[in-house]
Amino acid sequence: MKRWSGRRIAAIAAVVALLVLPHVVYPIFLMKLLCFALFACAFNLLIGYAGLLSFGHAMFFGTAGYATAHAARVWGLTPELSIAFGVVVAATLGLVVGRLAIRLAGIYFAMITLSFAQMIYFFCEQAPFTGGENAIQGVPRGQLFGVISLADNFTLYYFVLAVCLGGFAVAYRAIHSPFGEVLAAIRENEPRAVSLGYHTDHHKLIAFVLSAALTGLAGGTKALVFQVASLTDVHWNMSGEVVLMTLVGGMGTVLGPVVGAILVVGSEDLFTSLGPWIAVIQGFFFVLCVLLFRRGIVGWLEHRLGRRV
Amino acid sequence: MVRRIAILTLMSGLALACNKPEGEGSKGDEGKAGDPKVTGAAKPASGAAIRIGVLNDMSGPYADLSGKGSVEAARMAIEEAGGKVAGKTIEVISADHRNKPDVGSAVARGWFENEGVDVIVDVPTSSVALAVNELTRQQNKVFLASGPAAAELTGSACSPNTVHWTYDTWALANGTGREVVRSGGKTWFFITADYAFGQALERDVTAVVKESGGTVVGGVRHPLNNSDFSSFLMQAQASKANVIGMANAGGDVINTIKQASEFGLTKNGQKLAGLLIFISDIHALGLDVAAGLNLTSSFYWDRDDATRAWSAKFAERQGGRKPTMVQAGVYAAVRHYLKAVAEAGDEQDGRKVVEAMKRIPTDDPLFGKGTIDPNGRKRHPMYLYQVKTRAESKGPWDYYKLVREIPADQAFRPAAASGCSLVK
Amino acid sequence: MSAVLSQLVLGLINGSFYALLSLGLALIFGLMNIVNFAHGALFMLGGLAAWWLLAVAGLGYGWALLLAPLSVGVLSALIEVGLIRRLRQLDPLYGLLLTFGLAILIQAVVTMKYGSSGQPYPVPSFLTGADNLGFMFLPRYRAWVILVSIVVCASVWVVIEKTRLGSYLRAAAENPRLLEAFGVAVPRLITLTYAFGGALAAFAGVLAAPIYQVNPLMGANMIIVVFAVVAVGGMGSIGGSIITGFALGIAEGFTKVFYPQASSTVIFVIMALVLLVRPRGLFGREA
Repeated sequence: MKRWSGRRIAAIAAVVALLVLPHVVYPIFLMKLLCFALFACAFNLLIGYAGLLSFGHAMFFGTAGYATAHAARVWGLTPELSIAFGVVVAATLGLVVGRLAIRLAGIYFAMITLSFAQMIYFFCEQAPFTGGENAIQGVPRGQLFGVISLADNFTLYYFVLAVCLGGFAVAYRAIHSPFGEVLAAIRENEPRAVSLGYHTDHHKLIAFVLSAALTGLAGGTKALVFQVASLTDVHWNMSGEVVLMTLVGGMGTVLGPVVGAILVVGSEDLFTSLGPWIAVIQGFFFVLCVLLFRRGIVGWLEHRLGRRV
Repeated sequence: MVRRIAILTLMSGLALACNKPEGEGSKGDEGKAGDPKVTGAAKPASGAAIRIGVLNDMSGPYADLSGKGSVEAARMAIEEAGGKVAGKTIEVISADHRNKPDVGSAVARGWFENEGVDVIVDVPTSSVALAVNELTRQQNKVFLASGPAAAELTGSACSPNTVHWTYDTWALANGTGREVVRSGGKTWFFITADYAFGQALERDVTAVVKESGGTVVGGVRHPLNNSDFSSFLMQAQASKANVIGMANAGGDVINTIKQASEFGLTKNGQKLAGLLIFISDIHALGLDVAAGLNLTSSFYWDRDDATRAWSAKFAERQGGRKPTMVQAGVYAAVRHYLKAVAEAGDEQDGRKVVEAMKRIPTDDPLFGKGTIDPNGRKRHPMYLYQVKTRAESKGPWDYYKLVREIPADQAFRPAAASGCSLVK
Repeated sequence: MSAVLSQLVLGLINGSFYALLSLGLALIFGLMNIVNFAHGALFMLGGLAAWWLLAVAGLGYGWALLLAPLSVGVLSALIEVGLIRRLRQLDPLYGLLLTFGLAILIQAVVTMKYGSSGQPYPVPSFLTGADNLGFMFLPRYRAWVILVSIVVCASVWVVIEKTRLGSYLRAAAENPRLLEAFGVAVPRLITLTYAFGGALAAFAGVLAAPIYQVNPLMGANMIIVVFAVVAVGGMGSIGGSIITGFALGIAEGFTKVFYPQASSTVIFVIMALVLLVRPRGLFGREA
């Protein structure tokens, strides 16, 4: 009776919970969680499965946000088109940066992604259409497909839920596929993968672009939720935050980044009254995870339970 | 089998979804320093309390001119009103927007949608203020802008839900800008904080300079909260302009002035013009560096007996620090707001309350008698001050001497010229 | 012309900080293969220590120049022994992550205690005033910063290249096992190097305090640029970092004359170009 497996029931329960949750929890908060969970998932694709640490992922997150905001506010595109535009922009950026950065490995890869991210930050700071410090404000949520108004938080929530679940599904499919297997092989032992005849650079680039695109999906959607696109999302602090989320949750696990995102974003929101303490706690957990908890929460759970979640 | 159950569950979920209950309230925690709470449970008995949210910079370059002082000023207004108005208790919460429009608008949204906040006060960062202004209009609440400067708030971005108190870039340009040009500053070079406020101030002062026959020979923009101005000052020096106009505020203007003196900028005959200076800045700079600076302000603690009395009370609660005009503006605005709520009766309708605020003439010990224009601009006299020398000052906070009073009808931009759609 | 000259001189001041910081970073990377993200935080701690010594203990600038690096050096040593050492066997990316987390932690603790707007630190009285160079007034203090940095960088370079201790360091970077076999206590050498790197950063922090004001994020803004400097100069090359540090300061100053907004980004453009054409940096050895 495999169909009744615990995993299936859990999945269904999760979907039901997600559908019902906005009645109990502030929908904007939930949408923020979803967007960041997708962001972390996309990042995890690169670090957890391809073994590439990018320190500049904020450039995809924030640029897509700006692109979507601009498309919605200035060009008047409907939300799904605006987000799609954001994804295309992020993916293109990913292609350009990826082609240049993939040649390097390890620390150098991280450094060069950081340097590109800084250049993008500078561009966003100066370009008139982004408004610099003033940010792009008053981004209209618009009407989905031209008919369904997304102004109400609840309707918007279900849209965002669908988008993020879609993004997760893409990431999941990419991981559990022959492509994903090759990525894992590259991560474990690249020379051997090369010797087996795989075009590793090619695979790494695809992973990079995919990661960038999904990150863009998260960033564009978030811009519509909050109706603002700002420099915060392209700042390297944001790149650091997504590293933290993935680390805490568990790199190389499917649910790890989701758990990490919930923890990090949740703790920020719930404890804003604690003010500067949050950063202290975050830093502390970062260090703790690197030292003792390298598998992250989900990784540790999997290890204990002896199987993949 | 599983598939059928899955489909049923999905359908029931969708059914639940289609039944959207109206606005989530929250069980807010009184006085908790602004955390947009997560759980939206039972709404508080509609309007059982009037909630005031003080949103400003608590930890950055503007913390001294607004910060906790503004929260205290709001509390003083509430206490004076007896803690209650129209039978409802008044509560105040606060949060730090860190000068970022995304943080500010997220807090404001959470406050309005989730925590039953009826009015947001202060917001001394124009880019954040513009975001809050828009949000307040959408949600039909009230925004009492005491902190920000951007004249757009009563111009292109004007809103029937906003009252712009204290000062704005137009008034500053008209006060300090005009005075500096009058006393010989014909060519100008701007050092501008690169966001809505700095850009607006530069724009308005440029207009005054040109109108008075002067020219702007150049300018440079710097990021907010910058600490090293040396290269910008070098550019200013190289421009050979008569006047170096500092279109920035708070910690930024303090650093600019300090470093200008380090680099001997005024030794070659160039003059520094601080376009927005608060008493907290003079206090940080010290009279040796600041003496002689011109500034325009709508409030000075030592102006008359009424301001002295109130400021003494304020100083007691703020460790001896005298209030800035922003903090005074918070007090006056909240005071007038409460009066308007008492008359309008319903604080849930922001537009109605603001209409009442515009109807009732203002009168408070700090700004005297005044009015509010149809575009939301609060009108009161502005005062041109000059910073005393150390010899002239009798003690800490005794920093200003009055040069001239600018009457209310001239101090601010005429409503007809504001470009606001609310003005017929 | 005077505009260019004055910006170049200002650029040298920034370059002094870049050189000092990248020197420490290069030392640590050369020996430990770790990109020390905490370097910016240690720099900030140096400035903070200087402020604290003045505000609380009443000890002036001279004392700060000595005590701040000393105390931060001790702290760094503790960090190395207690935390970083545990990651020796792992991929150096974990070292990067650990130091990144440490940077966040240290900065957050300082923000919590002192707020984020910063503390003013006065220019020491014997260095106030400015000299008229004709094209600009150069504040004496900033001239001092340039001089001190050159002297310190040169001395460190001499120690590394010309002394026995330096030769141990270079040997340990190449082949620690073999060096240990020769009886040199390599782990202790590593701790000392990390401590020294931290002390250098703190020293730079004391120098920076009168210029940049002591605020919790003063290091965070610097560190990204310093990485770029080290990457361009060559990740393990001491001389390369020093030269690139000063050179970059000058490049920045130059950019400020023509396109000021780009000045903070020009280094990244250079870094991207250099890494793509010559991945080991201008003066680096083969990775």
